[in-house]
Amino acid sequence: MEKRLPREKLIEMYRKMLRIRHFEDRIYRLFLSGTMPGTIHLSQGQEAIAVGVCANLSKDDIITGTHRSHGEALAKGVSMKSLMAELFARSNGCCKGKGGSMHVGDIDVGMLPAIAIVGGGIPVATGIALAFKMKRLDRVAVSFFGDGASNEGAFHEAINMGAIWDLPVIYVCENNLYGASTHVSKVMKLKDIANRAFSYGIPGVVVDGNDVVAVYEVARKAIDRARKGEGPTLIECKTYHIGGHSRSDPRQYRDKEEEKRWLAKDPIPRMKKKLIATNILSSEKSENIEAAIEKEIDEAIKFAQSSPSPKPEDALRDVFA
Amino acid sequence: MYLLKVKENKLRNLTVAEALREAIREEMRRDESVFCIGEDIGIKGGWGGAFTVTLGLSEEFGHERILDTPISELGIAGIAVGAALAGMRPIADVEYGDFIFLAMDQLINNAAKLRYMSAGKLKVPMVMRIPVGASGRGAQHAQSLESYFVHVPGLKVVCPSNAYDAKGLLKTAIRDDNPVMFFEHKLLYGAKGRREGIDARGEVPEEEYLLPFGVAEIKREGEDVTVVATLRMVYAALSAAEELEKRGISVEVIDPRTLTPLDLETILKSVHKTNRLIIVHEDNLTGGWGAELATRVTSEAFDWLDVPVTRIAAPDTPVPFAPIMENYFVPNSEDIVRTAASVLGKS
Ligand SMILES: Cc1ncc(C[n+]2csc(CCOP(=O)(O)OP(=O)(O)O)c2C)c(N)n1
Ligand SMILES: [Mg+2]
Repeated sequence: MEKRLPREKLIEMYRKMLRIRHFEDRIYRLFLSGTMPGTIHLSQGQEAIAVGVCANLSKDDIITGTHRSHGEALAKGVSMKSLMAELFARSNGCCKGKGGSMHVGDIDVGMLPAIAIVGGGIPVATGIALAFKMKRLDRVAVSFFGDGASNEGAFHEAINMGAIWDLPVIYVCENNLYGASTHVSKVMKLKDIANRAFSYGIPGVVVDGNDVVAVYEVARKAIDRARKGEGPTLIECKTYHIGGHSRSDPRQYRDKEEEKRWLAKDPIPRMKKKLIATNILSSEKSENIEAAIEKEIDEAIKFAQSSPSPKPEDALRDVFA
Repeated sequence: MYLLKVKENKLRNLTVAEALREAIREEMRRDESVFCIGEDIGIKGGWGGAFTVTLGLSEEFGHERILDTPISELGIAGIAVGAALAGMRPIADVEYGDFIFLAMDQLINNAAKLRYMSAGKLKVPMVMRIPVGASGRGAQHAQSLESYFVHVPGLKVVCPSNAYDAKGLLKTAIRDDNPVMFFEHKLLYGAKGRREGIDARGEVPEEEYLLPFGVAEIKREGEDVTVVATLRMVYAALSAAEELEKRGISVEVIDPRTLTPLDLETILKSVHKTNRLIIVHEDNLTGGWGAELATRVTSEAFDWLDVPVTRIAAPDTPVPFAPIMENYFVPNSEDIVRTAASVLGKS
């Protein structure tokens, strides 16, 4: 499977996943030490989805994210410095300190401020796709959301409308088995969320969300299809969030065996092993990649911490256009 | 952790979260038709809802009466309406108040109107628990929403500021035959607010009690100016009153406790004495419940007022994330001190 993709692309996807992983490792520590305000929801374990999907997108394509979107932001090209500054509530953050961890994004690189109302981004992405179609632009919209979001009315209404108008939108469901503390099996009878697509007459695809190449391939097909005017696809990525829901979640509601099973499927070591086994990546190259990422993160933290805070009265700006 | 809390309870100095839990527990024991419905409220090993209020209840009452739902707010509210119509007494929960917007149709078009549309044949005895207030989470987890509901005929609106009121008012809400919107402030539940210097704990008696709707509490008596505040703003008003006392200004602080019905009488009596009224809420200024109260007081007691009624409220913006901006957004005791001094011509 890897043969079909150029080595550089594979290494680049690996690097991007690792970059998200290390970024979130660091902010988690900063958060726990009280250096970083607010709350955080980590995407660790789900990096392959953001990276595999966004590797098919250009800056002109627009994505919507959720409360758990640091990974999508980095994968879509939000600069790490502006992302870090946002988490530190600084005025040169990607939302000038008005957004915070749950609303990261930068429209300049094609990402709306993430929408933390579960399901809230799905109709918005559909509307963006409608505008692309009406303006005859060769652009697509992608909505990222969780398994839990697929139980909101917004999911069903939006997908049906995306379907009837053949809009260039891709619905990417990151099924990490939980909505907050609630296991997916308690709140839906279907085994595969992808099957919901059939109610609306569009393709629904299940993919291993911890395999970046598989995600990349499935997303590529869906995006090509959307660009050709053939309408939306619902992609369900089976995955797991290693650290649980938010902040320091003790995860007592999770089965330890389940955690172990999924840890073994961690997308990053898995990809690394493959790349090394196929001689695409050497351990030296891999160390260089890690060192460069660490350096980038150090610089982003330095940038953020030396950035000015907003002025209190900045709260009053940006209400109306 | 939970066991520890039970031991503390013996002292009967409860947090708001504990007081609410106790109210629910007592009412569920008393009346089989009472049940809870919401996201993450009864999951084993979970958190008892976003703010621990229902922690441990599923162990006593089982998952048939502590119903964990999908993330489906419209469904939660609408199903509560239906169950209430058919003889149950649901206590529904949305984790953060901002999510109530997804349930608005069911609450306003159905819960609030069905009694009227049926010309009094139907009743909708449900409680909707709605956590409000800014707590460092940005624009979509922060709004204060009481005013939206004060506007709706057929809904009662309750906003307790401390553990004692929380318990007594929730019990009354559960027994009320109307839909009750029950607002809880995130920083008043327990530890998080205390870290910010707000302690809403209170002595809660062992024996059962209920608090009536429509009865304000005078939190502090004073002569020079009346301050009406709810939820977190009660604490801002009380600390402002302390500060103002040092400057020789005597402040009367009133917590209405319920906005619908509203105890206008207590407020008017106070204004008769002080001739000055300041209203404080964390909700945005424009169209907030303070505007309604100001108009009522002005039209009923114009002759007693020495100065126009003043409102202190959040500015007309969404809630910003950065703590420095959030602190600016949320009214505080200094705002009240400054305003009171200026109302009295002492600034
Ligand atoms: C409309 C709405 N309801 C509830 C919440 C509270 N909440 C935040 S995240 C979350 C779980 C979301 O689950 P899922 O969609 O699977 O995303 P995940 O957190 O697993 O990434 C919940 C219930 C919310 N933010 N918005
Ligand atoms: Mg999930």
